[in-house]
Amino acid sequence: MEKYDIVIIGGGPAGLGAAIEAKKQGITKVLVIERDIELGGILQQCIHNGFGLHIFNEELTGPEYAQRFIDMAREENIDILLDTIVISISKDKKIKAMNTTGVLNIEAKAIVLAMGCREKTRSSIAIPGDRPAGVFTAGAAQRYINIEGYMVGKKVIVLGAGDIGMIMARRIVLEGGEVLAVLARGSIVKGLTRNIVQCLDHYNIPLLYNHNITKITGKERVESVTVAQTDEKKEVIPGTEKVYECDTVLLSVGLIPENELSRIAGIEIDRKTSGPFVNESMETSIPGIFACGNVVHVHDVVDFVTEESRRAGANAARFVKGEKSESESMNTIVSGGITYCVPHRIRYSAMPDKLDLFMRVENKYDKATIVINNQGNELVRFKKTNLTPGEMIKQSVKKSLFEKAKGDIEITLEVGGSK
Amino acid sequence: MYDVAIIGAGVIGTAIARELSRYNLKIVILDKENDVSVGTSKANSGIIHAGFDPEENTLMAKLNEEGNKMFDTISEELSVPFKRNGSLVVAFDDEQLEHINKLKQRGINNGIPGLKILSKEELLKKEKSISQEAKGALFAETAGIIDPMLLTISFMENAVMNGAEYFLNFEVKSIKKEDGNYRVASQNNSVIAKYVINAAGVFADKIHDMVAEPAFKINTRRGQYFLLDKEEGKVISSTLFPCPSKIGKGILVAPTIHGNVILGPASDDIPEREDVGTTEEILNKARTGARLLIPKITTRNNIRNFSGMRAEPSTDDFIIKEAAGAPNFIDVAGIKSPGLTAAPAISLYVVSILKEKGLALNKKESFNPIVKRKFFIEMTEEEQSVLIKKNSLYGRIICRCENITEGDIVDAISRKPGATTMDGVKRRCRAGMGRCQGGFCGPKVQQIIARELNKPLEEIVLEKKLSYILTGKSK
Ligand SMILES: Cc1cc2nc3c(=O)[nH]c(=O)nc-3n(C[C@H](O)[C@H](O)[C@H](O)COP(=O)(O)OP(=O)(O)OC[C@H]3O[C@@H](n4cnc5c(N)ncnc54)[C@H](O)[C@@H]3O)c2cc1C
Ligand SMILES: Cc1cc2nc3c(=O)[nH]c(=O)nc-3n(C[C@H](O)[C@H](O)[C@H](O)COP(=O)(O)OP(=O)(O)OC[C@H]3O[C@@H](n4cnc5c(N)ncnc54)[C@H](O)[C@@H]3O)c2cc1C
Repeated sequence: MEKYDIVIIGGGPAGLGAAIEAKKQGITKVLVIERDIELGGILQQCIHNGFGLHIFNEELTGPEYAQRFIDMAREENIDILLDTIVISISKDKKIKAMNTTGVLNIEAKAIVLAMGCREKTRSSIAIPGDRPAGVFTAGAAQRYINIEGYMVGKKVIVLGAGDIGMIMARRIVLEGGEVLAVLARGSIVKGLTRNIVQCLDHYNIPLLYNHNITKITGKERVESVTVAQTDEKKEVIPGTEKVYECDTVLLSVGLIPENELSRIAGIEIDRKTSGPFVNESMETSIPGIFACGNVVHVHDVVDFVTEESRRAGANAARFVKGEKSESESMNTIVSGGITYCVPHRIRYSAMPDKLDLFMRVENKYDKATIVINNQGNELVRFKKTNLTPGEMIKQSVKKSLFEKAKGDIEITLEVGGSK
Repeated sequence: MYDVAIIGAGVIGTAIARELSRYNLKIVILDKENDVSVGTSKANSGIIHAGFDPEENTLMAKLNEEGNKMFDTISEELSVPFKRNGSLVVAFDDEQLEHINKLKQRGINNGIPGLKILSKEELLKKEKSISQEAKGALFAETAGIIDPMLLTISFMENAVMNGAEYFLNFEVKSIKKEDGNYRVASQNNSVIAKYVINAAGVFADKIHDMVAEPAFKINTRRGQYFLLDKEEGKVISSTLFPCPSKIGKGILVAPTIHGNVILGPASDDIPEREDVGTTEEILNKARTGARLLIPKITTRNNIRNFSGMRAEPSTDDFIIKEAAGAPNFIDVAGIKSPGLTAAPAISLYVVSILKEKGLALNKKESFNPIVKRKFFIEMTEEEQSVLIKKNSLYGRIICRCENITEGDIVDAISRKPGATTMDGVKRRCRAGMGRCQGGFCGPKVQQIIARELNKPLEEIVLEKKLSYILTGKSK
């Protein structure tokens, strides 16, 4: 059995970030296992601009951003296995992987999970109708167009105004296709505002709020879709149906962290994020197994993934060196419009001087205040403007605030600014 | 000239073909589609029914009972995963308790072993997620679950291995008597056969009417389903039915042989015989129906909706006999549920009719009943290592949800009849069948098919002839 200090599963930005950081912290035997034939993860198919604004202060394409990390990983002499898939991991950190040379059994002192996420499909939202060819997830279409070099359709409807959906709407137009509309299932767009402007407005692609597809028609290839307006509860308003003739439906209806391996190992999963519960060190419910990036919660910008992955890598290194934290775990409990907070647990002694909390909100708020309480005492409050579900909130908090905290950390939202 | 032509490559046609391939006969299977198992046999509950449901003394009752017993051998011979997980008909009130007792008695009359009435306590002990409202259940230990597509495909492969011929994309348009034989013709092709078997599923009445006076009608009733992620797989182990009503067995919740959970069928009558679409209204019924049995079940983890078409015979029983006025033309029509279960028994029954009608049955020395198939993921680690050394394609997982390797996919394409479409691959080896529904592996599977069949990528379709995926090169 092959032995490593740290094994990282997934060679996207999260996995690479963690590996590089672990190596910098002095760990010698670090291995990254990636199932694809190249490193970089989902970034390799995102040939548009808009990566790295926070980390590098410049606008890079996905592959360019990935390349910086790939180069660093090579410089650090990190072991890398490509075209190799991990099929199981265990509590005691034994890893089973395979590639064209055979089945590999590897033992690690610490593991970092960085498997990313996958797209939700037509079925996860149960669109009724026929099941013809021509219904793609936006990411699959992106792969066909940007990597394989093939077009997926001529007349397209995009369901879901997520980032990938909007970026793909623009790509279809640039490739000579027609996009009839991008449908947002509610009154709030899940994607970034800059994508509405740069991908839709600039190309005169209609964005229809409060619309959904109620039926897909076509026995062999998509022939049309029925689109209807929806009310505040996202229920279809009868009588508003309209038929659009088209040959393609692209779905951008959400991403789900890929946690099959985590489940095999018995790691506790948060139903809200669909990712593992993690603490301030990005450690899961199993000591010595860490996680970062989209496998924990879906990120909209890669820079935050990178920050999170450095934390996971550094803490995996600490674990291997035998550093332990003695203090009690406090849960972060959210309410009042905040949907989740990562980390889910905080141990005071293991906190860095400044800890980033990542949160999302369920609605649009022009003005709101994030209030952090502990046992009835307010620890701190942060005024916020323009919060939307599509943009993750990153909030740094000082360690010193939590010196006396015990029990649950309650994080809530006061809407409408300060009291 | 063929001895026997079989119209329809569903589970019924292929089971008959396999049975006939035991003998020295020239047989041909015809189907209008580009693959086998694309009709009702691909979209059903996949239950091998115990046999207490059909009314006593019907053909259905007899063939259900006989068919069920044959599955241990068949699944073994054809390498089709099958499990006797047992079924439960759940009663929620006194009237239903009475009804399940009646069902038990009917089952006994039908010759079904292993039937038992469970008390509420016994039931809740057996299935922890079941509704607390349940009062008791009829347990049938011989009920099982199977992969119906793989079963049909394997019947076909075995028939072909043993000499059966086949034409796909052969839509039977006319059947003419010619010198005591039949000329069965499509648009641009025809075959001549001494005996014809009509196993055309929902179109069996149309085929019948090509050679004989109308004798029955097929009405179609669609059944719609949810298929849930394996994550939900542990919620039950037996197949759960509500108490049946006049219109059918109701909405069941069952594990599938691959570890998913299936909810349905919720039904609607639909005149368009091949309209296997789904509708929101009916899917909602499936969801509500399932919750009566398992209150906590959700469709949050739905990975696929689909629907299948029942061929409801106007006679209310399977129609398996020579058509009046058309000697040696045998109808195998109105094969609704439990048709999948009955298929092997139907094939024996049809062979006995053919024998009676004078078909000479001489056993073929070389008949081989075995279809070998083992997916990489089912092997021991040692077997896996050996296989990868022999063929490195087995070391590359293409479908990450179901852990299907490139080797498995190439095998699915090179079998006879092999997969030529995305769905053909999916049905043979499950690549694309998992939670991402081919989102990740689709492009790769398409490339593998194109490479193996030496065709341009754009020509590889999803399923039917015109279900093209790509529309040209990007800039
Ligand atoms: C289509 C799309 C567009 C985006 N656009 C932008 C943008 O414009 N700007 C921006 O800043 N951010 C963008 N993002 C967000 C950002 O790129 C992602 O959040 C980031 O790439 C996530 O990194 P990751 O490493 O967690 O996941 P991934 O990049 O998905 O990497 C996970 C890796 O793990 C591997 N893996 C998984 N399971 C296994 C296994 N069992 N064995 C071996 N390897 C495995 C996968 O093959 C993959 O390479 C976009 C994201 C997507 C999906
Ligand atoms: C919703 C539902 C649930 C069910 N659940 C179960 C169950 O759990 N257990 C069970 O035992 N049974 C079940 N059944 C019944 C079972 O699925 C059917 O009895 C069985 O699949 C019928 O097989 P078949 O070969 O007769 O029909 P099909 O599979 O439909 O095959 C008929 C074939 O004929 C071909 N064909 C038609 N017309 C022509 C033509 N003109 N020329 C050439 N070819 C033609 C078609 O293309 C098709 O391939 C269920 C059925 C339904 C609809």
